[in-house]
Amino acid sequence: METKNIMIVGVGGQGTLLASKLLGRLLLGRGYDVKVSEVHGMSQRGGSVVTYVRWGDKVFSPIIDKVQADCILSFELLEAARYTEYLKPDGRVIVNSQQINPMPVIAGTAAYPENLVQKIEEKGIHVDALDALTLAEEAGSSKAVNLVLMGRLSRHFDFTETEWMEAIERSVPPKFLEMNKKAFAAGASC
Amino acid sequence: MKTLMLGNEAVARGLYEAGCGFISSYPGTPSTEITECAAKYDELYAEWAPNEKVALEAAFGASLSGKRSFCAMKHVGLNVAADPLFTISYTGVNAGLVIGVADDAGMHSSQNEQDSRHYARASKLPMLEPSDSAEAYEFAKLAYELSEQYDTAVLIKMCTRVSHSQSVVETGERVVPERKKYEKNPGKYIMMPANAKKQHPVVEARTRTLTAWAETAEINRVEPGQDSSLGIITSSTSYQYVKEAFGDTYPVLKLGMIWPLPEQKIKSFAASVQKLVVVEELDGFIETHCKNLGLSVSGKELFPNIGELSQNLVKEKLGGKVQSGPSLEEAIPGRPPVMCAGCPHRSIFYVLKKMKLTVLGDIGCYTLGAVPPLNAIDTTICMGASVSGLHGFVKSGEEESAGKTVAVIGDSTFIHSGVTGLINIAYNESNSTVIILDNSITGMTGHQQNPTTGYNLKGDPCTKIDLESLCHAVGIKRVRVVDPYDMEACETALREELAAAEPSVIISRRPCALLKYVKHPGPICADPEKCKGCKACMNIGCPAISMENGKVKIDATLCVGCGVCRQLCKFGAL
Repeated sequence: METKNIMIVGVGGQGTLLASKLLGRLLLGRGYDVKVSEVHGMSQRGGSVVTYVRWGDKVFSPIIDKVQADCILSFELLEAARYTEYLKPDGRVIVNSQQINPMPVIAGTAAYPENLVQKIEEKGIHVDALDALTLAEEAGSSKAVNLVLMGRLSRHFDFTETEWMEAIERSVPPKFLEMNKKAFAAGASC
Repeated sequence: MKTLMLGNEAVARGLYEAGCGFISSYPGTPSTEITECAAKYDELYAEWAPNEKVALEAAFGASLSGKRSFCAMKHVGLNVAADPLFTISYTGVNAGLVIGVADDAGMHSSQNEQDSRHYARASKLPMLEPSDSAEAYEFAKLAYELSEQYDTAVLIKMCTRVSHSQSVVETGERVVPERKKYEKNPGKYIMMPANAKKQHPVVEARTRTLTAWAETAEINRVEPGQDSSLGIITSSTSYQYVKEAFGDTYPVLKLGMIWPLPEQKIKSFAASVQKLVVVEELDGFIETHCKNLGLSVSGKELFPNIGELSQNLVKEKLGGKVQSGPSLEEAIPGRPPVMCAGCPHRSIFYVLKKMKLTVLGDIGCYTLGAVPPLNAIDTTICMGASVSGLHGFVKSGEEESAGKTVAVIGDSTFIHSGVTGLINIAYNESNSTVIILDNSITGMTGHQQNPTTGYNLKGDPCTKIDLESLCHAVGIKRVRVVDPYDMEACETALREELAAAEPSVIISRRPCALLKYVKHPGPICADPEKCKGCKACMNIGCPAISMENGKVKIDATLCVGCGVCRQLCKFGAL
């Protein structure tokens, strides 16, 4: 099969690494060749972060280039807008509608663009926006945004609930398992 | 068993299976996880050394004693370790010695973009270059075989995209080779001129032998293609981009060992194709070698020697078609990295800026003190350069610059190579003031322990180096500690130490706000009624503070309640 590509984008500290790890495990379990590329170090400090998840019969490059992504899973609205040129023509965006102001906006040297969901849709891109922060808080912690988004992403995969649950169990500490499962369910069903 | 592993984790697994028994490293992105992952194997001794030179010398000592040993560092760390590296090339090893070095093309988290392959050639040591995690694992094991068979340290060159990408690895079992006996051998291990003169020809002969090995080695393989109008020589992550862009279209010579290079193999590959091109990141290292062999080859006239390559870039430069996707017309504001909310460095930089001081900076999270709105740092060069640079600046400065210049350096960086600069300040008597930003951890690379934290790599309690005593011991009489959250105290300390007629050290001490054991009071409640919109609180560049409709707003998901902004508000709104 042709290589499939998901870009997970967000702000350093939002838990994008856990999401890519979970997805990687799930895909490997299905017998695919998988590559997951992460970002560590300086850019993690509240900067724009990107991880790449790729799978298929044989995956070469660890990164996703422009017009290769089947899906952008974005933890923050502005970050979704930043990477649209990486999408394939029929690609989709799943986005947490939460807005986190970057320093240039906080400092008043730039403005946070308005109506971003609409502007992305105007480019012919399918956008699935949800308030993952509120759903995560309702599940028990603002840190569970990643699991809410995983839940929403699960709608586009043919993995069974058991497979997802196994991958979650192996990726999060037992102490937070129930809360994370709740967050996943909230993302999947809303 | 098939597992998804980071390249760094795969190197660690390879070391483990090869029976490596001793690891000494200094953390540095993107190399850090090799040592962290290796430390999880109980059978392995692993440690953080104060710097890369110490780490490599320790690893050499372990090899000498008869244990397979390893040492990891980032590209700039190899500069620090270069001194032992070049002479270990002459002595060779007893048990296998492998050195991991991780480059950072694209400078995701580095101060320069140097190409470490030049070190292999310059130090005359073999260098293996894996292109994914499976190879990282295999090459780590192979490196020990080569090391012991050819009596040489072996370099494994990683890069960000190999180190920090997970791919599939099929692991095996650990096999510990019989321990080598240490035997006194002055001609081999004492590199004084008479002995070194005898060893140099041995090194040259070894390179010739390794070149012959490279000719037939499976890791230097030709992958046939359908169209021999073009042949591509490549290695590392560039190989993956080439295969993604062209599949089996063109023949590829994939090099797993990039020094020494297989001359005959390259020549016969060149003869089998009409046009030869080298695809490699950063410098034209392989290309230059091909040109030295008299081959007609292209490389850096097509590909940049700056930044990373990618599959689209490779495709486009070699005549393929690349599409472009939809982007918004609107400018998307950048999102540069920032100091975290509650970071203990923020307030001290605010004070330094307020006092209009010249600040020589160093390597760590606190380099972010250079960005707006703090703009508090004047220089960043390399580990330790703030302290030694300050000495030169103060000694040579004009009269009016006296008392207006300081150095800032983190606790781990100070131990790495700041302390030698401080010895110079004391010994050669410059009236310098050094600020040690002691956040009780190595922060930037992701919370590694260091000699000042009281814990070792395995997390066990150990000897804690006392910074105050250390500064006193090297000859600094004026040493004082401040809490960076208390800006008034910081300013007072700075004024007094800068006015003093002798060198001084201010230790700004508070643990990193991200450390799990640090308890925070919880988010501050802003009172919009009292806020006058003066924006004084905005001058510290805290990501948790913003203005909404002319009034201050605190992001409760980010704010930890450090209270620094409160000290700036004259109206009690925070």
